[in-house]
Amino acid sequence: MPFPTVHEPKDESKKCIQPEDEMRRNHMKYILHERDETMHEGIRGEPEGLSNCIDCHVEPGDNGEIAGIESKEHFCNACHQYAAVQIDCFQCHADRPQKYIKRDEHSSSLHQQLQQTLAASETSAKGVNQ
Amino acid sequence: MKKSENTTDTTATNASRRDFLAKAAVVGTVTIAPGVLLHQAARAATAEVEVEVVEVIELDAEPDKNTSRSTRPLDQEVSDKNRWGMLIDTNKCARGCTSCVDACNEANGLEGKTGPQDTQYIRKVTLKSKSTGHETSLPLMCQHCESAPCVDVCPTGASFIRADGIALVDRHICIGCRYCMMACPYKARSFVHEDIKNQKLSAPRGKGTVEACNLCVTRVDHGGLPACVEACTAENHNAMIFGDLKDPNSPISIELRKYGGKQLRSDLALNTGVRYQGLNE
Ligand code: SF4
Ligand code: SF4
Repeated sequence: MPFPTVHEPKDESKKCIQPEDEMRRNHMKYILHERDETMHEGIRGEPEGLSNCIDCHVEPGDNGEIAGIESKEHFCNACHQYAAVQIDCFQCHADRPQKYIKRDEHSSSLHQQLQQTLAASETSAKGVNQ
Repeated sequence: MKKSENTTDTTATNASRRDFLAKAAVVGTVTIAPGVLLHQAARAATAEVEVEVVEVIELDAEPDKNTSRSTRPLDQEVSDKNRWGMLIDTNKCARGCTSCVDACNEANGLEGKTGPQDTQYIRKVTLKSKSTGHETSLPLMCQHCESAPCVDVCPTGASFIRADGIALVDRHICIGCRYCMMACPYKARSFVHEDIKNQKLSAPRGKGTVEACNLCVTRVDHGGLPACVEACTAENHNAMIFGDLKDPNSPISIELRKYGGKQLRSDLALNTGVRYQGLNE
């Protein structure tokens, strides 16, 4: 298996929150710590969060497309595939920065669908006990 | 967007009111009390009197009841000094309106399907009284119980109540056993059955775990409102108030003290954070 090539942010002025060596060995500790603090204590906006890694390190490739987490072009998967370490983060978290996610489709059709369901349910009113 | 429409409305009302006052000014002294104005207008029908409009009093502006927000700096832990809750006036909740549901789906990146296995954080429910046949329309979501059955049964500690009263699922440790779904009396929780991609930043969610309304915890932490409350207010229905139940001066506490509020299934004594008004038999 070839040694992974890791995507460096195109904007070279950007600096990681820790030196490269430190991040290579201990990134999971930073992320885990931040995860529990955010989830249980509501502490937000610290630089160690997963979304911050993603925001810098996941960018469109030369073809203008983002490589998803399944691809070994993806910043995280590049090493994880090489090291055969499975990560679950992206089963719940988006694998790319929000600005590269297109959202438009569902809102209006969704509204119509709901109105219909509601109209149907109002003819046969039911609910929880009071 | 809706908000700005509201503002335009109020301005329009003001403008026509000002018009009216200005016209009335030609024929008499302007006083705000309408009786006096008519009387004087009748008497001075032909006289030209110069007057100045001193003050325009707004009559119809409803006070904003969603002023109680989180002011906690984000680098500090949540504490039990606050308890976030919601008060829903079912008399103001419009039948057939789904703004709150739409806004929730949008904010959390939900598809908005309503099948038995689809995720719903909030749904519109119609209650029908068996004795009178009276129907009540209301939004139903996780009630953010203090003594939460979901927390009692969770084998892993994934279900928990945050110090400020918000019920959450830590999906990093949820094993997807769905015990909590069974335990919740309000059918508030959903299980994710399929792979999900492109989640919202503030709403990570994935297959194999259980999820529910989290009171839009990220928005709340940033000093904002839950998406449903914001939408209901923007629609000018004003059926939902969000705020701190532990602050005696918050609009929600004042409203509850004045008019009271019911818990759904209060017989279960869960001390829910979501309360309802106008639940008539
Ligand atoms: S309403 Fe259901 S999910 Fe929400 S806290 Fe109560 S038991 Fe848990
Ligand atoms: S499904 Fe998850 S949150 Fe619910 S009881 Fe099981 S482990 Fe706890």
